[in-house]
Amino acid sequence: MKNTFIGASIERREDVRFLRGRGTYVDDLQVPGLLYAVILRSSVAHGRLRSVDASGALHVEGVHAVITAKDMTSKDYPSGVPIVPMRLQPLPEFQPYEQPVIAYQKVRYVGEPIAVVLASSVAVGEDALERIQVEIEELPAVASCQAASKNHSVLFESTGTNRSLTFEARKGDADAAFKAAPYTRRERMRTGRHYGLTMEPRGVMAEWDAVNNKLTVSGAAKVPFFNRRILAKQIGLPESAIEMIENDVGGGYGARGEFYPEDFLIPFAAKHVNRPVKWIEDRRENLMAMNHARETEADLEIACRRDGTIIALRGEVHTDMGAYMRTNGAVGARNAPQFVTGPYRVPHHKVDSHLWMTNKTPVGTYRGPGRFEGSFYMERLLDMVAADLGIDRIELRRRNLIGKAEHPYTLATAQPTNAHDQTDSGDYEATLDRCLKEFNYASVSKLGGKLIDGKYHGIGVACFIEGGAAGPKESARLEVNDDGTITAYMGTASVGQGVETIYAQIAADALEVPIDRIRHVYHGSTGIVSDGYGAYHSRSVVMGGSAVLDAAQKFMALLRQAAGKRFGCAESKVTLDVDKVIGDGTSLPLKEFAGLTAEGAFLNHKHTYSYGTHAAHITVDARLGHIEIVDYVVVQDVGRAINPLTVQGQVIGSLVQGLGGAVLEDLQYDTQGQFLTGSLADYLLPTASDFPNLRCFVTEDHPSPINPLGAKGAGEGGIVAAGGCMANALANALQSFRVQPRDLPLTPARVWQLVQDARQ
Amino acid sequence: MAIKFEVNGKPAEVEVEPRLTLADCLRHHLRLTGTHVGCEHGVCGACTVLVDGKAVRSCLMLAVQADGAQVVTVEGLSRDEGLTPLQTSFRKHHALQCGFCTPGMITTAHALLSEEPDCDADRVREVLSGNLCRCTGYISIVEAVLEARAAYKKAAP
Amino acid sequence: MKLPPFEYACPTSISEAVALLAGHDGEAKPLAGGQSLVPMLAFRVAAPSLLVDLRKLEELRQIRITQDGVALGAMVRWRDILEDARLATAHPLLVAAVEHVAHYQIRNRGTVGGSMAHADPAAEMPGIAVTCEAQISVIGKAGSRVIAAADFFQGPLMTALKADEIITEIRLPAWLAKHRFGFQEFARRRGDFALAAAAVFYDDDNGTARSAHVGVIGVGDRPMRLPSVEAVLNGQKITEAVIAKAEAAASAAVDPRDDIHASGAYRKALVGVMVERALKAATA
Repeated sequence: MKNTFIGASIERREDVRFLRGRGTYVDDLQVPGLLYAVILRSSVAHGRLRSVDASGALHVEGVHAVITAKDMTSKDYPSGVPIVPMRLQPLPEFQPYEQPVIAYQKVRYVGEPIAVVLASSVAVGEDALERIQVEIEELPAVASCQAASKNHSVLFESTGTNRSLTFEARKGDADAAFKAAPYTRRERMRTGRHYGLTMEPRGVMAEWDAVNNKLTVSGAAKVPFFNRRILAKQIGLPESAIEMIENDVGGGYGARGEFYPEDFLIPFAAKHVNRPVKWIEDRRENLMAMNHARETEADLEIACRRDGTIIALRGEVHTDMGAYMRTNGAVGARNAPQFVTGPYRVPHHKVDSHLWMTNKTPVGTYRGPGRFEGSFYMERLLDMVAADLGIDRIELRRRNLIGKAEHPYTLATAQPTNAHDQTDSGDYEATLDRCLKEFNYASVSKLGGKLIDGKYHGIGVACFIEGGAAGPKESARLEVNDDGTITAYMGTASVGQGVETIYAQIAADALEVPIDRIRHVYHGSTGIVSDGYGAYHSRSVVMGGSAVLDAAQKFMALLRQAAGKRFGCAESKVTLDVDKVIGDGTSLPLKEFAGLTAEGAFLNHKHTYSYGTHAAHITVDARLGHIEIVDYVVVQDVGRAINPLTVQGQVIGSLVQGLGGAVLEDLQYDTQGQFLTGSLADYLLPTASDFPNLRCFVTEDHPSPINPLGAKGAGEGGIVAAGGCMANALANALQSFRVQPRDLPLTPARVWQLVQDARQ
Repeated sequence: MAIKFEVNGKPAEVEVEPRLTLADCLRHHLRLTGTHVGCEHGVCGACTVLVDGKAVRSCLMLAVQADGAQVVTVEGLSRDEGLTPLQTSFRKHHALQCGFCTPGMITTAHALLSEEPDCDADRVREVLSGNLCRCTGYISIVEAVLEARAAYKKAAP
Repeated sequence: MKLPPFEYACPTSISEAVALLAGHDGEAKPLAGGQSLVPMLAFRVAAPSLLVDLRKLEELRQIRITQDGVALGAMVRWRDILEDARLATAHPLLVAAVEHVAHYQIRNRGTVGGSMAHADPAAEMPGIAVTCEAQISVIGKAGSRVIAAADFFQGPLMTALKADEIITEIRLPAWLAKHRFGFQEFARRRGDFALAAAAVFYDDDNGTARSAHVGVIGVGDRPMRLPSVEAVLNGQKITEAVIAKAEAAASAAVDPRDDIHASGAYRKALVGVMVERALKAATA
């Protein structure tokens, strides 16, 4: 396969419509007869839902109907209000904690849906919300892991405990290793609650065709095929009667696209009133209704030899899960204990992870779930160990990074899901070397701890691996259009990462045609391939791209077969040249084969591991607690970069998200479970002026052996090590105060307090 | 209330409630969906349009306040065919991913470059600090705007 | 977050505006730039029955600079201040503060009158008004009156304005050549409301400071002058030791509460640093 387009920084074809304001996001859709849904959400964190009286709302002009749980307890719903099942790690222990699509006996978090108003406009619907009378008998709220662990107030009486599960990550015999260890260090650390806020809030539009018994749902993203399966079961329709359409999607980051209550409520509403219904989440809702993430506490202990070689890691992680187990809620809570060791060699590993249900917004994944948290813990420990043992912290990392000859290196196994994982390939130390070189570490590190012009300078370094390419399968289909161009249909989804261009590059090279012959790339919608999976765990290039390769092979085989017959020549003599099919001295335009289509697939059960190193140079104004980045370098090896321009975009984009989580973003609740960060003036996102000095270098030194492209999922590396790197830089800067940051985010008030406490 | 104003050079007449924002009027009444709504409380900048030549948050303006005004949206800053120099620069620098913040970025950058074609990186960052992007991390956006200065300098009298 | 229903009027004279406000039983609100009011409506924490749009009141858009000082019409926008070259010398402290206000798009619409009437305890304009002893001219159904800045701000988002009154003008006393000044603000991000800020000016009388004015925002329920800090400065040379005393006095003078962005203890310390740095800038 020639590589004309793979590896080239091709400008994205999807940019043209986005730049001209001609993207189609779900709120841009309009159909005749549309009703607008507005959701009444609980303002109480924990209570028994005694009654919902919507009669007042029904008298508001323009209100068509109000849906509550009562509408789902009819003969059509013999098992009552549907429950949203978990998609990943759907263990039986989690079942009692899954969320009903609408509150019906209890409310368990501020923001939980209680009723859905259907009205002629969103404004009228919001007016009507105020007329709905809700009676809730308040119960004591559980607003922290500590409070949850006491089990005084229990969210789910059926289980009697707020602990839904404990994961166990194990390798070797940690307790024995600790007994014999010459050096240990134990620390308690915390990461704050934040989430993958998307600039486009969520939205669903549902159209019910009662004549043909067909349901069309727009606003799908990430895992439309899986979501269709859930919806079909819940609403009592065969999957073939439901089409999920993915339009343009304004960001995902793990949070958008999972099955949320609204993904049932809106289609249900459309079917219930036999009118199309559209729901667009507003930002106030999004802050309290889109999956939260990352709130963990860890009590971890590391054991080393005197030369700094890590022997063992053990301890506990507690995750604040919010009120329900969401479709992918267990992922972060399992990843943190399992992958806390990151790129480091740790022979003995015993970390338990407790999942605590609290009266807060439920938790799901956010880019690098559990890995951001784990990296923070591990990197903080390593710098502390280095200082204790008098070993240079870079040298310490060198001694412990998994070596390139050690792949595949087996990571800890997580139970009860029997999750095994191993690295695939790579020279982790090489990215460390490259990062230090680009960062000019040799001279810049001399500034560590120095006070210059009123600011302390600090240097931090952190290494990471990023797991990607989750299987089990992905599909792609290539079809000849009437005009002889080719369309690629993908089972993966777009969340803005540039898949239309990337798949065109791969298909063009696989078929050896110019890229503009791949005229269209469609993605995500359930009507276009037989069996799709979606966009998550940085899999779109590896899984979707490899599926394209398989589809191209099958396409060429079919084309040769068809052309061989038409030309009366051997199949092996047939070639495709731009827009012509050439046989034994004769040719036909490709459009003569319009309709020819081949579907391919890629099956995979192993993860790719992209890897790299972060280095940060910061200054700290200790009197303000303000951190500024002077220079930040990320080096990431991605195995194979299909489009270097977009890969760099992923690294920088995910890095800035990581810096947001390290320094700015913090979802807060009071002790009564009242949600305090209700606007973008409270929940602070990075802006253009916050982190201007960032650089990244993408390398392709070690292709992945587990897929034909050699690529590795690379969308999450920039985020994983950001918290640990920044915290290490802060500790380095304030070393004269002996400050040890143990909590993220590193807000000015927190940094200032660290200095004050150190002065005491 | 009946209001009359000019949108992208063409007259527009709509019947609106006083409480309708300019953003919603443009998107739903005039079907100019290029302007996006990301927060409805004046922080994210996705709704930025030009009113009488100045970049404003259209979610904080009532449509009735635009009566008699000249409004320009991202559609009005685009060509019928092809991309403008600013758009071309964005594409070259990969200054967009999901595209949701992009119309606001383009409109704000255009307003800035029209008045200050000599702006430096700090000024670009300062002005764009009122436009949130979650995908790109901003570096490529700033680079794109800086490269586009040349086209605005040529155009300046 | 659609706005609640209201009626809308766009009067062409001040008297018409006042009559409209007076005729709605306290339920009408003036609409200036909308940058503070519209978000409140979007969150439905305010639900006026009538919005009186002041945009056609051209007489409120003037910036008049005379020997008596700087008079800002209530509808003067932040952008107008930043673009008026005269103000660099006519009132550099005002300009320094306005440079911190919000963002580009907001500065194109937001007004001084709107900011004053909204009275956010962390907003720059109220801080400047209090520090500089501004006079606020207002007009209502009972006629015109002038309110001193010290009396104007009464609590968070609360002012001395009656429901039928609008601000017409904010007058800052003349800026003297012998003034030394500094403005320091710290916010989480550029353009955010201040965690704390200090505006400071004094007369340099042959090296001795006189008539010191020290105002702070973000550390109480309204902008405040700090007389105890002014007392530290008056009659003194502004040395490092005096600045250190002033910093301590500033922290001691405030008692801010904890909130989601910062602890009270942090803001208390922070305001001291803001005063210290403002004074260092003044002496530079």
